[in-house]
Amino acid sequence: MRACGNLNELPESLPAFIYVSMSDTAKQTSRLMALANPTRFLEIAGAILPWLSCAALFVLAAGLWLAFAAPEDYQQGITVRIMYIHVPFAWLAMFCYGLMALSALGTLVWRHPLADVSLKAAAPIGAVFTALALATGSIWGKPMWGTWWVWDARLTSVFVLFLMYLGIIALTRALDEPTRAARAAAILTLVGFINIPIIKFSVDWWNTLHQPASVFRFDGPTIHPSLLWPLLISALGFTLLFITLHLMAMRTEIWRRRVGTMRRLSARAAEGQAS
Amino acid sequence: MLALYAREVKLGIRAGSGALTGVLFFLAVVTVIPFGVGPDLNLLARIGPAVLWIGALLASLLALERLFQADREDGTLDLLLMSDHRHMVALTVLVKCLAHWTTGVLPLVAVTPFLGLFMNVPPLGLGAATLTLLVGTPAITFIGAVGAALTVALPRGGVLVSVLVLPLVVPVLIFGVAASRGAMADPDPFLPPFLILSALTLFFAVLGPAAAALALRHID
Repeated sequence: MRACGNLNELPESLPAFIYVSMSDTAKQTSRLMALANPTRFLEIAGAILPWLSCAALFVLAAGLWLAFAAPEDYQQGITVRIMYIHVPFAWLAMFCYGLMALSALGTLVWRHPLADVSLKAAAPIGAVFTALALATGSIWGKPMWGTWWVWDARLTSVFVLFLMYLGIIALTRALDEPTRAARAAAILTLVGFINIPIIKFSVDWWNTLHQPASVFRFDGPTIHPSLLWPLLISALGFTLLFITLHLMAMRTEIWRRRVGTMRRLSARAAEGQAS
Repeated sequence: MLALYAREVKLGIRAGSGALTGVLFFLAVVTVIPFGVGPDLNLLARIGPAVLWIGALLASLLALERLFQADREDGTLDLLLMSDHRHMVALTVLVKCLAHWTTGVLPLVAVTPFLGLFMNVPPLGLGAATLTLLVGTPAITFIGAVGAALTVALPRGGVLVSVLVLPLVVPVLIFGVAASRGAMADPDPFLPPFLILSALTLFFAVLGPAAAALALRHID
């Protein structure tokens, strides 16, 4: 218990690599840079997280209730309800990659000390959301299209996105030095970002089985409002859930690095006493 | 730059480099297919171009791991990175990629017509497969350079390079196979996918070396 207490208030013995990269950015006064201090970030995240998780739960519950209260589709029947989770999952799969690309820019361009923590924490969450989007889509596709899987443009490009996530996770775990792993993952994320516009516009460029965009269109959504509102609220709920999970994962990653550094320091100290 | 190219090519064709191994691997992949799907000549003719493409793709992934590793081991890579003021690192990477392609991948393209005979591919399809491979495989090398640069510090990065690179080369494979199939089957067009394939190669010729140079400079 004592060790845990120490971890929370240890601004002096911060990991050296975070401190070194912080000293040159400390002069900048932009608001994003105010978050650069990991201790400060932990404080803010700790304050926000309970509220955020409550809000996420509440909105998710509301979205779920609305989804079951919404009328059934006149052709698809009850299977339309899977849309209320499938579309948010797919949207978050792309949102998470966008966030990771931003973090990658943050690592390479602005050298923001928390950007690589953000990227590393987001990758597994994004992979899970992508897998869920693929799984719910194929559960819907079985009764509707008559098959679990077709190699159409959007399905294929989302599957490639899933593989990209796995590749990034593998790369961050393969290199054991955090700064090096961060840069490698950042470069890979930016190169893989080409895939995102391909996913978004695949249903417009190729005439495939997956239905075209129906919510974000220039001429307004083509879904009936009675189906659209539950969808939007459910999407908001899952986005809040994603942000909660992301902040928690970032916090865990920072703690993990601190523990690693403290372990190394104590090992060095023990070695010094022994010799 | 020309000297660098000559040096890389000379190193590439020396005994002990992977050029011949790649060709043998290509041969092995193509030979295994008829055992797997059965010796039906019509079926083989239909999937032939795709098999040739997949075989060439796998064989060119095989050698990618060595693209920067040998240079890193003997310190050449550091010298190349430090002569930044004379030649851009991206340009150096581009030249290295071209040399790697000449020694490692061009032999694969050269043996493609002969391997196609095993698959009962008609002459027109043979020409199309060879031509699309000639145009498309540089893109694989350029994308692979990014993967090779990212994993240069890993002792055994070979499998990881393939895992990282494969999702990115999917478009190249799609349009390469589409073009070579378009030459054989009548309703499908040949020229549009072929032009897109060329565009992909040119696009990755810019993006690949630039990203690989960034990776080499930042990671080491």
